[in-house]
Amino acid sequence: MAAFLLRRFANCAVLAVAAASLAYLLAAAVLDPRANFDGRAPRPPESVVDAQLTRLNLNDRTSLAVRYGTWAAGVLHGDFGRTWEGQPVNAELWRRLGVSVRLLSPGAILGSALGILVGAYAAIRQGRAADRFITFGSYLLLAVPVFVLAVLLQIAAAKTNDALGMHVFAWVGETTPGAAYGTFGALGGLADRVRHLLLPTVTIALTQVAFYSRYQRGLMLDVLHADYVRTARAKGLRHRTALLRHGLRTALIPMTTYFAYSFGFLLLGGMFCEQAFGWHGMGEWLVEAISRGDVNVVAAISFLAACGVLSAGLVSDVLHGFLDPRVRSGAAA
Amino acid sequence: MTTGLIARTAAEHAPGLPAPAAPRLPRRVARSKRAVAGLILLAGLFTAAFAGPLLSRWGWDDTDFAAFRQGPSAQHWLGTTQSGRDVLALTLRGTRRSLVIGLSVAVLSTGLAGLVGTVAGFAGGRLDRILMWGTDLLLVLPSFLLVAVLVPLLGGGALVPLLAAVLWMITARAVRGMAASLREREYVLAARFLGAGPVRTIVRHVLPQLASLLVVDASVNVSVAVVAESGLSYLGFGVRPPDVSLGTLVADGQGAATACPWPFAAAAGMLVLIVLAVNLLGDGLRDVLDPESGPRRGGR
Repeated sequence: MAAFLLRRFANCAVLAVAAASLAYLLAAAVLDPRANFDGRAPRPPESVVDAQLTRLNLNDRTSLAVRYGTWAAGVLHGDFGRTWEGQPVNAELWRRLGVSVRLLSPGAILGSALGILVGAYAAIRQGRAADRFITFGSYLLLAVPVFVLAVLLQIAAAKTNDALGMHVFAWVGETTPGAAYGTFGALGGLADRVRHLLLPTVTIALTQVAFYSRYQRGLMLDVLHADYVRTARAKGLRHRTALLRHGLRTALIPMTTYFAYSFGFLLLGGMFCEQAFGWHGMGEWLVEAISRGDVNVVAAISFLAACGVLSAGLVSDVLHGFLDPRVRSGAAA
Repeated sequence: MTTGLIARTAAEHAPGLPAPAAPRLPRRVARSKRAVAGLILLAGLFTAAFAGPLLSRWGWDDTDFAAFRQGPSAQHWLGTTQSGRDVLALTLRGTRRSLVIGLSVAVLSTGLAGLVGTVAGFAGGRLDRILMWGTDLLLVLPSFLLVAVLVPLLGGGALVPLLAAVLWMITARAVRGMAASLREREYVLAARFLGAGPVRTIVRHVLPQLASLLVVDASVNVSVAVVAESGLSYLGFGVRPPDVSLGTLVADGQGAATACPWPFAAAAGMLVLIVLAVNLLGDGLRDVLDPESGPRRGGR
């Protein structure tokens, strides 16, 4: 297992470097940071703009290879360069990463766990009303893009707020300014954060539930009547225990692959969620950076995203080995 | 619904081969409820998107200076936007755009996947390695970035080829795998030993076996492309104003969605209907064409 993981890790590292380099080259070749200075009044002289862009390693009159070299040398030392306004990318990157993680993780964890349970439940109740409802619901949800779902939830929340005559739901930004300094102090601030997190979490969780439950239902149906589940029943285990211990565990194995596969979509969904709910995370920053020609920011975010997707692949391999003993022994041989 | 189960077990003895004495394809498609529902829905959407604007008295770029941000009325069936444009006409225009983009991206990307996959799998050797290496390289490229950066530079017309260019790789790998195994089948070997050239062998003997995979893949790609286009336009990277797509309409409508839901609801509803119709059709086709395929169908 260790050698197998090591090899996979090396492979992932190469892919991450390739993805980041390609992203940098693409962004540096196409984006135009110089255009940002065009709108300034008075327009700074050409030489000043050139000097400023060169200082930030954004000058499109320097050859691409030289710029790439400077950037790569910086990244090797853990420095992602500067934004076109001259701020270091690193500080902002970690701050924004924190925002995105806070936005995504509750929904992702809740959604995948719930999705697996709902899918397994639907399979057990195959053909009955509950199964029909779940299958139809997930089918419908899969057809709704994230940004539409987010706005639909906002409309519903606004109607609820109006109907109740008080401000139950809040969905703009991460916090209400000054919430932590109210009557309840830090506790009030925490409650406010949770309140703002509610709708984004539901949005992400719903998409995840729809995705996972659909796959899990199919996988569970395949093992429902398998011999080993019958054996477990014959051995005297209760129906529920036999299904959970022997059925679900086996049916979970292929899900690890879907986990890696869905991670990229989770990141994309997060980007739309940030836009729709006004969180200042990585996705929003990427959109801004592309429209402003902020090459270093685009490259840094692409690098992190590639690392995220690749480590999701690694995690899915580890999970696979954890759930399926055959992989462990097979890889060691 | 036990038909799927029977078909699955029946197909196990000869994976990849069509079921013996299968009824003609249109009749089999007609028997799948999902495929029929998807087809009817899609036909309705097409009719609305292409014939609707002819019946409407408002063009998508007309401005009614007497009606700003109004609800549905006899004049404007779905109301007007903040700038006095007819919501129905705008939505139909966006729908047309999405349908055309979805279909052309699907045809292009599946065609490319089929071409690269069969050539690589059938040729083997060095050509195979080079093609697959290129495919893997493209898989690493951040596709969102590629499209988002290049579309504003190259103009809206580049959207279709660019979306197709980032969608074909995974299918190409699957096609290559199938083509490589088909290459060793007896009937393909027989055709080759009888003197059929590589092109004829591929077209006559390999492609028919891949058809179901490619058709299903194309239908999946339609909905992926529709969602991708609207998502990019929503973020401001796809279709640019003054032109409209369902994505820009959703983005424009969402700000006022709580007070004035019509523009948002119309565009979002159309978007969901398109994706739903294409998904239904795709799943129906999958049921009909390769019943032994995986868990995606939910085992029904």
